[in-house]
Amino acid sequence: MEEKKIFELSFEKILVRRKRIQRILFMFFRIAAFINCVALFLVVAFIMLKGWKAITWEFLTQPPLDSMTKGGILPCIIGTLCLGIGAIVVALPIGVASAVYLNEYARPGKLLRLIRLGINNLAGVPSVVFGLFGLAFFVIWLKMGESILAGVLTLAALTLPVIIGSTEEALKAVPDTYREASLALGATRWQTIYRVVLPAALPGILTGAILGLSRAAGETAPIMFTAAVYYTPHLPSSLFDQVMALPYHVYVLATAGTNIEATRPLQYGTSLVLIALVLSMNLAAIVWRSRLRKKMK
Amino acid sequence: MIMTDNYKMSIRHLNFYYGAAQALYDISLDINKSQVTALIGPSGCGKSTFIRCLNRMNDLIPISRVEGEIILEDIDINNPSVDVVMLRRRVGMVFQKPNPFPKNIFDNVAYGLRVNGVKDKAFIESRVEESLKKAALWDEIRDRIHESALGLSGGQQQRMCIARALAVEPEILLMDEPASALDPIATQKIEDLIGELKENYTIIIVTHNMQQAARVSDMTAFFYMGKLIELDETDTLFTRPRLKQTEDYITGRFG
Repeated sequence: MEEKKIFELSFEKILVRRKRIQRILFMFFRIAAFINCVALFLVVAFIMLKGWKAITWEFLTQPPLDSMTKGGILPCIIGTLCLGIGAIVVALPIGVASAVYLNEYARPGKLLRLIRLGINNLAGVPSVVFGLFGLAFFVIWLKMGESILAGVLTLAALTLPVIIGSTEEALKAVPDTYREASLALGATRWQTIYRVVLPAALPGILTGAILGLSRAAGETAPIMFTAAVYYTPHLPSSLFDQVMALPYHVYVLATAGTNIEATRPLQYGTSLVLIALVLSMNLAAIVWRSRLRKKMK
Repeated sequence: MIMTDNYKMSIRHLNFYYGAAQALYDISLDINKSQVTALIGPSGCGKSTFIRCLNRMNDLIPISRVEGEIILEDIDINNPSVDVVMLRRRVGMVFQKPNPFPKNIFDNVAYGLRVNGVKDKAFIESRVEESLKKAALWDEIRDRIHESALGLSGGQQQRMCIARALAVEPEILLMDEPASALDPIATQKIEDLIGELKENYTIIIVTHNMQQAARVSDMTAFFYMGKLIELDETDTLFTRPRLKQTEDYITGRFG
């Protein structure tokens, strides 16, 4: 009797403490999750506030003027679009093919482990190293010169691990019952992959592609030695032209321009355009993905 | 007893291993043409593993290994010269859980024809309709054949999966607990269907449910711990089993 009472008393006390601990921890988790949104909001708000005055029709449709202290950033926008889209066009087929091989076809073993090790390490290489690799390999050794092509290939190498990773995740999420159903009907493995597995994985693959595209569009280091030029009033006409690019333009104006202070609004304006470009691509991807998902249901 | 000239499939001394673990021990068994053979036994007794050997579905498991012969008419299906794609066209399968593709009903049923190279649209259309009729689903879904198969009820999905398997005209239909995820009414429909299908198809069905085995099958095989314990005509096996082990199982004393 006595013992039971003690137990109940301490139980009550401990219960209060247990609940308090839970409350504090959950509060902490909530704040942690919230910080992400705040960070994004602050970055976007800051750039908006500082940059929106620079955004005019002229800014978006004209090349830079007067040693890049006036005028617009059209060549940068076009250049970044070329580099980003080009990188995805190259990296997406290779990345998806690699992921299909790794996830659907390769038998576990040494070779598979080696390839995975390679991909994981590729993902950890700093972007400036990709830039130097692109300079040495594509620009000099393959004699592509500083060009869109060299930049695209360098950015593709950088985005490959992102695409492979997200494609593999998407393939893993496709239930095995789909594969079994298809094979049991006399489909070959390739038919199963092409007709059932890839369509089911498509939303996830697209997400990866767009993440890769935004990453490629925002990178500075990989293109500064391979594709980006300090200034050109011309729009590119071939894969072997050099281009201006938004991130590199910001870097140039902020560190090596003729009048760094005077061009601050232009720097923020350019940043704003870059962020808007990347965010709108992400948004488009989300809309596309949710449409695909609805279509499948 | 067993009609000797009428075997569709003969299994001889089949051993099956998952890596080092042996799952099937020396199984020999004949499957009669145009009959329903039921495989019963407690969970983990190897009946699903066994049925998946018959269309080489176990090929998907990298560490698996098969010994012995599985003769379909006159070919050993594990012979390297046998094309597994061809085999699976002849030996269709319906799985435990309905597994429609995230496509519309028509595309689901037409899938097997299309992957096997049929291009003729009129032919595909008539075969899809015919298969859905055979699976007793046509009347329920004829107006929504171009809607997603995922919108069907579980029982309808399973009958659609049966139609999908029938569309490629297999000779043998393997059914791995086809009604275990369904309610009694849907189960009843699947069982009726099995009775109608056996005229034209050889059916092998795995089931947990002994009443179901007794209702639908002509022959019943009792598996236990990876071994085939007893095979007999269903009526005989359920009323006068030869072995004590079989009797204990069917009377519910273990399992």
